[in-house]
Amino acid sequence: MLRDITLGQYFPGNTVVHRLDPRTKLTLMIVYITALFMAKGLFAYLFMFSILILCLVVSKIKPRAVLSGLRPIFIIMIFTVVLNIFFVRGETVLFKWQFITVTKEGVVTAAYMASRLLMLIVGTFLLTYTTSPITLTDGLERMLGPLKKIKVPVHEFAMMMSIALRFIPTLIEETDKIMSAQKSRGADFESGGLIKKAKALLPIIVPLFISAFRRADDLATAMECRCYHGGEGRTKMKVLRLAFRDYLAFLCSAAVVASVVLLGIFT
Amino acid sequence: MPILKTEKLTHTYSIKTPFEHVAISDIDFEVSKGEYLGLIGATGSGKSTLIGHLNGLLKPTSGSVFYDGTSIHESKKRTREIRFKVGLVFQYPEYQLFEATVFEDIAFGPKNMGLQDSEVNERVLEAARFVDLDSSLLEKSPFELSGGEKRRAAIAGVIAMRPEVLILDEPTAGLDPRGQAQIMRNIAHYKDAYNTTVILVTHNMEEVARSVDRLVVLNKGSVFASGTPAEIFMSAEKLFELGLAPPKASMIASRLRSFGLATRPDIYTIEQLRQSLNLLRGGEQSGGDDNAS
Repeated sequence: MLRDITLGQYFPGNTVVHRLDPRTKLTLMIVYITALFMAKGLFAYLFMFSILILCLVVSKIKPRAVLSGLRPIFIIMIFTVVLNIFFVRGETVLFKWQFITVTKEGVVTAAYMASRLLMLIVGTFLLTYTTSPITLTDGLERMLGPLKKIKVPVHEFAMMMSIALRFIPTLIEETDKIMSAQKSRGADFESGGLIKKAKALLPIIVPLFISAFRRADDLATAMECRCYHGGEGRTKMKVLRLAFRDYLAFLCSAAVVASVVLLGIFT
Repeated sequence: MPILKTEKLTHTYSIKTPFEHVAISDIDFEVSKGEYLGLIGATGSGKSTLIGHLNGLLKPTSGSVFYDGTSIHESKKRTREIRFKVGLVFQYPEYQLFEATVFEDIAFGPKNMGLQDSEVNERVLEAARFVDLDSSLLEKSPFELSGGEKRRAAIAGVIAMRPEVLILDEPTAGLDPRGQAQIMRNIAHYKDAYNTTVILVTHNMEEVARSVDRLVVLNKGSVFASGTPAEIFMSAEKLFELGLAPPKASMIASRLRSFGLATRPDIYTIEQLRQSLNLLRGGEQSGGDDNAS
């Protein structure tokens, strides 16, 4: 069923990671990604991996949630591995058959690439699983606030993003309903070739678009009724404030980056 | 011999995730050929989940569904056949209209059945007649119709498949009283014409009290009670506790009884109430005093 999609889903909780300021988490995410790309050598990777596991344990994310979120990425992972194994040229040839050559360097690069990709994605899960989309856009809006000075409509973008995020589950549910209704009238989405399958989507897409437009219209009216007029002079009910734990998190992340760099140099 | 039957039907949504929840559990439910059945229950009682199983849209987590004695999940082909035999009209069915004309939209079901053009044509016209859609409307775009007309066009889209069992999920929700009465009349006409089994899912007790032969009450995913409207509405207070509003006549009668007026316990329409009160007034003495009412 469509509703079982996990990628980018928020799992409510009350751990330290959940309570961190979204700006902190976004910054840490960028730091984490940078650190991943700076990591050189086995020990640096192992270190990053253990930090990631530590964060997952602290935030009480279930391993199953991580695994099911990884499923859609699986194909890309395989693709990366295969590409690296066969196309990276090196000195030590492990295997040769006609035009296919596998070198030791290729295998090593593939392993590094795959684990980097894996850590990258699981790291972003850490962000989206512990931060509700609304808080996340709120944090983004505050972080990008200075751009308002050069007339970038930051608030409007943030509002558009939160509306889009808000309506994803609604539209998924709607699609589910429309699909069921058309299936009840004998619509067949599974059999047939590509063209037949594409045609079979029409009975879903037309009602879905109509309902999306209707919702947009209703929402616009509702917002205007409550005197929404853009970001100017708008105050927040929940003002973001950095707490002690946020500063602590920054400190820890600095330590992690330093360790990764040192590990890369000295091993 | 029941035409549709479920055995120990259980369905769990989002299994093995933090959002896991059991919608219905161990439901034994059956409906016989030609029966007019009302399915009632508060929001979240599992009505929609149950009817989703009856035409094979949902697969049971455990338990089974039988149509005419054989399981509907025997094979893919069988499940698809069942879709045409058990017609399901969803809540707000007008949101599923998509074709360029009303005619084309009603024809969607019969065409999927693989019928000849002439047969499709005949069925569309017949279905439109059943729901009182004027033939001049058939060439219009479904989006030009009024709310009530759209609803009826969508119901016609299911009726055109000539299902043996017609299931309607709140077919009158959001319509004005005249539109509601019209749809209930349309359903009754179709039922009489083909001796169809009809399952009506609703919150509207007045409506259900008048039309159905039997009622099944769902509560928190299980069958709470089953019986004739008279039997079910006899315990009006219990229904109230489940978050349902029994027909006003039952409530008034039960209230009068609590004042000591001996109204009959199985009242659920205004006519029955009037009859019962007239009987009381017409000489037959009772324990109560008229001032109390």
